[in-house]
Amino acid sequence: MDDGGPTAMIDLRDVRFSYGGRTILNGITLTIKRGEIVAVMGGSGGGKTTLLGLIGGRLKPDAGEVIVDGQNVPRLNKAALYALRRRIGMLFQFGALFTDLSVYDNVAFPLREQTDLPDALIDPLVLMKLEAVGLRGAKDLMPAELSGGMARRIALARAVALDPAVMLYDEPFTGLDPISIGIIGRLIKRLHRALGMTSIIVTHDINETLRLADRIVVLANGRIHRDLKPEDVTSSDDPFIRQFADGLPDGPVPFHYPAPDYAAELIG
Amino acid sequence: MNRSRFDFAVGLFVALGLLALVFMALKVGNLADFGETGGYLIEARFDNIGGLKVRAPVKSAGVVVGRVEAIGLDRDTYEAVVLLRIAPSFKFSKDTIGSILTSGLLGEQYIGLEPGGDPTMLANGDRLGKTQSAMILEKLISQFLFSKAAETPAKAP
Amino acid sequence: MMGQSLYDFFERRGRAVRVGIERLGIAARFTGALLGVLLQAIRRTALIIRELYFSGVRSLLIVAVSGVFVGMVLAVQGYEVLQRYGSAESLGVIVALSLVRELGPVVTALLFAGRASSAVTAEIGLMRATEQLAAMDMMAVDPMARVVAPRFLAAIFSMPILTLIFSSAGVIGAWIIGVRLIGIDDGAFWSQMQANVDLRIDIVNGLIKSAVFGVALGLVSVFEGYFAAPTAEGVASATTRTVVISSLAVLLLDFVLTVMMFRGLS
Repeated sequence: MDDGGPTAMIDLRDVRFSYGGRTILNGITLTIKRGEIVAVMGGSGGGKTTLLGLIGGRLKPDAGEVIVDGQNVPRLNKAALYALRRRIGMLFQFGALFTDLSVYDNVAFPLREQTDLPDALIDPLVLMKLEAVGLRGAKDLMPAELSGGMARRIALARAVALDPAVMLYDEPFTGLDPISIGIIGRLIKRLHRALGMTSIIVTHDINETLRLADRIVVLANGRIHRDLKPEDVTSSDDPFIRQFADGLPDGPVPFHYPAPDYAAELIG
Repeated sequence: MNRSRFDFAVGLFVALGLLALVFMALKVGNLADFGETGGYLIEARFDNIGGLKVRAPVKSAGVVVGRVEAIGLDRDTYEAVVLLRIAPSFKFSKDTIGSILTSGLLGEQYIGLEPGGDPTMLANGDRLGKTQSAMILEKLISQFLFSKAAETPAKAP
Repeated sequence: MMGQSLYDFFERRGRAVRVGIERLGIAARFTGALLGVLLQAIRRTALIIRELYFSGVRSLLIVAVSGVFVGMVLAVQGYEVLQRYGSAESLGVIVALSLVRELGPVVTALLFAGRASSAVTAEIGLMRATEQLAAMDMMAVDPMARVVAPRFLAAIFSMPILTLIFSSAGVIGAWIIGVRLIGIDDGAFWSQMQANVDLRIDIVNGLIKSAVFGVALGLVSVFEGYFAAPTAEGVASATTRTVVISSLAVLLLDFVLTVMMFRGLS
């Protein structure tokens, strides 16, 4: 639950991050307020997932500060980091359900590990979370028996089991059929409002983004290219945003992978 | 629930292991030993212990009655000092002779005890009065050669 | 041209060495982290029991069957040599000592490496590849304590039990061949064995060996799984690496331990 601290829930100040010699983030400054739903978009490998990793404390920035709910994340020791993470929920791209546990045990996992509640009290909580995502009837299934959409919904139920203040979504719509996409989109919005969370969604899906987000942050070349409202996307004349929003094959993100002269290669 | 199935299987597993341990200890090993703390110590001194080792058996009439506990050297007399731990149920007379014998022709060496007729028994810490050192093959050979040489008078050139 | 390929040859070897040493450093840090959570992990008996089932109980069949066959082969080979010198009655001793001191711990460890260690590596590697470890970490549950440590401890606890079963099965197998089939005297078989197999020196030392092997097997299997590349090939190569490195480690440790334990006996 969000206990009403500083208004800026997440604050990134000139964050730089590189991996394997490549600069992924090159000076990101971003402030996300309490209660916002922010979509982070951009080309593949553009640092979107890295951003989530930095906010969640799994990655340390090379430079800059990552502040979540007033705490300087990279500086936290393990105990403090774990304490913070109890208030952060994360939905991984394909759910990342524990394959050796049933659906019920998966959702109960955070409750059993982080609280001292007896099973009798955990049971109604698990059932409520499952009901919220519409899968209470599937509670005894194993993850291998679930479809992609169902698995992701269970993962969502598990992620919000402890009523986190912040939710991080790593490509929640990727690889799903249109119905499931719609379901997940609605669930994200509903849970966001019901639990008063701050949500960050990393995604490619333009349609859902326009429906869900308060704000869209577009990353390009390791920097924030644009930070705009959904209604401004359709009217934007920025070539990068246009290419992205309209799904154009060529533009600021080139169609052709760098190659030598075509005629020369054909003949030579 | 699955938990009890695991518990049961693992319980069986551990039980099987314990069974194997008991089997090993009793049928395969010699748990019949009285252990390190039972029994009493007696000392025996030898001029030469040959290949005697610690934990070698102490036998009387071929029956194992104890083990060699420690082997040392007396710094003044240069005798080998051997400590024997004897099982408490066996008593030996004060005039028992301790010899170093070899099992078989070339086997490991052990201590053989031959009791005498003395009515007093050895107690903890006593020393054997008479001992017989190990047969050293080289000495035997040189003895043999020497005695042979002494027998045949030197031939006149 | 020759110069370039020679340079590349050495560069690749040199890089392999550097990477190898880096990996050793990572392994050291990993081991430290693992030891750090051991006290906390050992209290979660349900998890350890679960892993004991998958690593230990599931290896029972292959260990017991192999033990019987190894014992039988020892009996056949041992008899063939001993009866030439009229010492066929010492068969029990030969078999028992070989099994208890060496073959029991070592062969059991190699079997465990192939069956249980590889499975653990594959399992942890798969959890890495499907982001399950990351998800657990984000839920503020330490994967080292919840996933890695129970499997590590299960290896240490299973090995001595499996070794005892292997050695017992081997002695029984040898008895079947030696006494029942070949016709060696049953009494001589057991009595010679009992006279020459010492509980402390032979059996206990054999068990110490198996526990040490368990530590090595456990460590290698969880390490390779934890740091497997998160792809199908990554998990596959991590699994084969586990079997190879575990086997070599067991044989090396066996040499060291054998020298330490049994050198002074003759």
